[in-house]
Amino acid sequence: MQTQGELVTRLAAPGRGDTHCPYCALQCGMRLTGTAVEPRDFPTNLGGLCQKGWTAAEVLRTPSRLTTPLVRVDGELRAASWDTALDLVAAKLARLRDAHGADSVAVFGGGGLTNEKAYLLGKFARVALGTAQIDYNGRFCMSSAAAAGMRAFGLDRGMPFPIDDVARSEAVLLVGANPAETMPPFVQHLTGALIVVDPRRTATAERADLHLRPRPGTDLALALGILHAVVAEGHYRGDYAAERTTGFEAAWRLAAAWWPERVERVTGVAAGDQRRAAALLAGARTAHILTGRGTEQHSSGTDMVGAWINLALALGLPGTPGSGYGCLTGQGNGQGGREHGQKADQLPGYRKITDPGARSYVASVWGVPAESLPGAGRSAYELLDSLGREGGPRALMVFGSNILVSAPNAGHIAQRLSTVDFLVVADFVLSETAALADVVFPVTQWAEEGGTMTNLEGRVLLRTPAVSAPDGVRSDLELLRALAIRLGQPEHRFPADPETVFEELRSASRGGPADYSGITYSRLRAGDQLHWPVPTTDHPGTPRMFLTHFAHPDGRAHFTPVDYTGPTEPLDDEYPLLATTGRVLHHYQSGAQTRLVPELNAASPEAFVQVHPDTASRAGLTDRALARVTSRRGSTEAVVHYDPTMRLDTVFLPFHFPGAQRANLLTNPALDPHSRMPEFKVCAVRLESL
Amino acid sequence: MNPRRVVVVGYGMAGARFAEEVRRRDPVGERVALTVVGAESHPAYNRVLLSAVLAGTMPAGVVGLHAPDWAETARVDLRLGTRVVDLAGREVVLSDGSTVEYDAVVLATGSRAWVPPVEGLRGESGALAADVATFRELDDCAAILSRVRPGAPVAVLGGGLLGLEAARGLLGRGCLVTVVHPVGHLMERQVDPAGGAVLAKVLTDMGVDVRLGRSAAQHLTGDGLKLDDGSHVPAELVVVAAGVRAETGLAEALGLAVDGGIVVDDTLRTSDPRIHALGDCAAHPGTVPGMVQSGWDQAVVLADLVTGADPAARYRGTPSVARLKARGIDLAALGEVHASPPDAEVITLDDPTRGRYAKLALRDNRVVGAIIIGFPDAAATITEFFDTGTPAPSDRLALLLGRANPSGTPRSPADLPDDALVCRCNTVTKAGLVTAWCSGATSVPALVAATRATTGCGTCADKTTAIATWLTDLNAEGS
Repeated sequence: MQTQGELVTRLAAPGRGDTHCPYCALQCGMRLTGTAVEPRDFPTNLGGLCQKGWTAAEVLRTPSRLTTPLVRVDGELRAASWDTALDLVAAKLARLRDAHGADSVAVFGGGGLTNEKAYLLGKFARVALGTAQIDYNGRFCMSSAAAAGMRAFGLDRGMPFPIDDVARSEAVLLVGANPAETMPPFVQHLTGALIVVDPRRTATAERADLHLRPRPGTDLALALGILHAVVAEGHYRGDYAAERTTGFEAAWRLAAAWWPERVERVTGVAAGDQRRAAALLAGARTAHILTGRGTEQHSSGTDMVGAWINLALALGLPGTPGSGYGCLTGQGNGQGGREHGQKADQLPGYRKITDPGARSYVASVWGVPAESLPGAGRSAYELLDSLGREGGPRALMVFGSNILVSAPNAGHIAQRLSTVDFLVVADFVLSETAALADVVFPVTQWAEEGGTMTNLEGRVLLRTPAVSAPDGVRSDLELLRALAIRLGQPEHRFPADPETVFEELRSASRGGPADYSGITYSRLRAGDQLHWPVPTTDHPGTPRMFLTHFAHPDGRAHFTPVDYTGPTEPLDDEYPLLATTGRVLHHYQSGAQTRLVPELNAASPEAFVQVHPDTASRAGLTDRALARVTSRRGSTEAVVHYDPTMRLDTVFLPFHFPGAQRANLLTNPALDPHSRMPEFKVCAVRLESL
Repeated sequence: MNPRRVVVVGYGMAGARFAEEVRRRDPVGERVALTVVGAESHPAYNRVLLSAVLAGTMPAGVVGLHAPDWAETARVDLRLGTRVVDLAGREVVLSDGSTVEYDAVVLATGSRAWVPPVEGLRGESGALAADVATFRELDDCAAILSRVRPGAPVAVLGGGLLGLEAARGLLGRGCLVTVVHPVGHLMERQVDPAGGAVLAKVLTDMGVDVRLGRSAAQHLTGDGLKLDDGSHVPAELVVVAAGVRAETGLAEALGLAVDGGIVVDDTLRTSDPRIHALGDCAAHPGTVPGMVQSGWDQAVVLADLVTGADPAARYRGTPSVARLKARGIDLAALGEVHASPPDAEVITLDDPTRGRYAKLALRDNRVVGAIIIGFPDAAATITEFFDTGTPAPSDRLALLLGRANPSGTPRSPADLPDDALVCRCNTVTKAGLVTAWCSGATSVPALVAATRATTGCGTCADKTTAIATWLTDLNAEGS
């Protein structure tokens, strides 16, 4: 029996200037008056905003704003008219396609793009370009949680419950997430007992009732240890498991070999603390396990998340009202961005591109033959790595992503980018990646355009334009339409009006796992609270999923047998320290937006390496000294920040900074076999004075 | 190419793990054909979990190592309920009369509980008396559990790791437990006398009667034990946990070198190059007997060698870390527990009143040994430093105390430094609030409007109010 209301729940209809923050997946409600920001009461932020949100409008009026297309002439980017730039790009892409095949052109999208843009970008790649080579930066973000969610539940929605359930939860286990810095207003929902798993004593860990700090890269062993404790101490919910799951025995057999004392030896987390965590979760009437990038961005990230889901299943949480497992989606549209076709293996509605039924359905919506659709392409890192190589793409189009800063092994990616014949970037400022392009298109940004976003709880939000865009700037949809027409597509196939695109997305997603067909702009304008799936226009949406059955054909959740194997890169005398990367409060992702905001930049102006004073002094470094951090792939420069709460074997670097300060010059591109997620969160480094 | 025929003698934790490691490297049996011979009729189980079964928190049904169809899916010829009696030529001869051809044999025969020669522990047939049980096998657990009831007096012979785990488990089941230990302090192999004294106090406080330096002289069924000092220990059940002996019978019969265990080199080879040994039955200079982890580490190396996955693999030993798995007692002992100055830097902390004791030994700034009782965080951290060889922090005391994470005591705003962050979400420092106040924002709402403090997650509301109150008071004093 679904306990969700039969009736549509409705918030006050958004008023003039009401919009949502451009940054993270919390999508805080805010009101723009001109370019003045005010927080707005909304279920995710409850009237709160962090400094990024308060200053978000600065980016709208940044002097660095691009207002004209740029075309590289004699090695220099020069202003050009839209027609000149569009004609040039279309001609070049068509020539490459004719000479080298459709896969010679690749497309790279982003998790910050609206649903409409993500959808149209996928369609543009498959239909206008005919290329299989499309993927997006969400691969570096949500892919492990998504793959694990699919495997366990048959479906992936970051939080398959509304955010207020977390606020009512008696115990929350937060793994590898630091919302006190990455989505501060979310912290208002953490009111129950809080257990934080993080190698660092983060701002979030400071608030925890129990902080478990595993050695970086060993989270999976920790999950097995807590699961072991759950079973050994008699907390296992055998009744739930029998009724709603399969596969416990095989998963347990692996966890049985990880008793807490053995896990302690691998993770450094006290056996007693593992048991305490098990008892806290088991003793709560409602509980949640939430994962973040810290446990997902590993070469075994899918299994790591799988291990946390196993724990949730052993405790009977998923699909139980008031409890659950969820992942904290990172990017603004990290959820919607992974559902509508900018992923290499996927078609709109979260359909698989390899599924013949899905292909023929989507092809019929698009009015093209199913056999004309390409198959699955390369995943993000593999796509970037293949650029300019034999059989790899010769041109790349980038939308809403700053790969030069955000991709792993950044030095290598820069080198691959330099080998392509043709690089096209759409952005609203000259990001580090745009600066390398042959053609740059100036596009609109959040408050200047309409479109929908799907937040971390699977809630679909409508952004309406709150300010007008500067002259000379066009939306990504207009750009795609103009290019598609020049590439020979009929005009009606590539609408530029967001609502028209959304109407098509509704059809394309109908019957798919992420079914948006019952969502309309008018329902959203009226304030309807709609969590997908929404199969009909009178459907109230699905705030809580899995209450009666999971999405696998057998209706059950599946335990996954997962074992601990450890990080791929060993420490040795040359690289004796573990480096982990992450974010600070003042910046968002590659920093392309937030570094333009003077107030944020003043608060956090440069890359730093957070390190225990003993570890720093062994490297001959003092607080605030400039350090060089070197991995097997490259070196980066950062200012030493002493932190006596750091583990002695671990350093932390934020990844927001460009050039020689890029943390991703260090990171390891070893990929997860299921999600193709790179190992961002742990690599071997050494620390030296500069 | 025909696969190499490998016969594993013993289906316990080491033998089972070795088979898994082989199949991890050679999933379909192209390189190695495996036969596993297990003397017991039930499948392999996880011995480490027996303490939890005895304590009653874990059902006995979940201790199995393998699914019932494991042998089939792993392509292993599993022979249960039979023993190896001889190796003749290139054939293994089993007690059921069958034979298996081999290219290599792996002995994983484990160890068995040792029963001290005390009058009355064994009956005339040589079998244990009805109210005496060892604590080693799953069947032992069943035998013990069939006899315990709340309020029943139970004697545990042996105050080592296993004996104390059994004692704690039985105490949890409501038994009246006496531990009889022949040495002057408990766990003397892993713990020094001072640590042993703290441990004895912790157990005594829990209600265990600890008799040190005493041996059992006689057992009278239905009555209990008479000790060597003439005292009497009432017991409806005697649990023998007096140590184990490597199971080396077959090895000795085959003429292999045996010295406490079957002697092996770094390739886990015995004195016969065709025969390997691992786990509790093997004696390697780098390992202390009885640790599951050693057998598992050996299984990895031997699987690398046998499958050819890494012909250079060598077993160099497993650092010894002993952890007592007993509810309410947190004890870890690692490495050189008896190290003393000037040979090593040694720090000790003795707090018998609160049942805490720590001894830390370092050499060249590395942890080389430790005994830690009652400091669970420190146990975890110190073990990590010991295992990884990471240089120890300069503040040794902090290391001994574990990660001290003081939950910031509320301080007066006056004591806060100017750059103290009050509102993290909006980067508002104390100085920022003071400046705003001086510019006319002299109420909480005005401070909020001027600085945005409290407008993120809201947790700094109390701090902001405290600062406003402090500033108001300062103003009042000043005027």
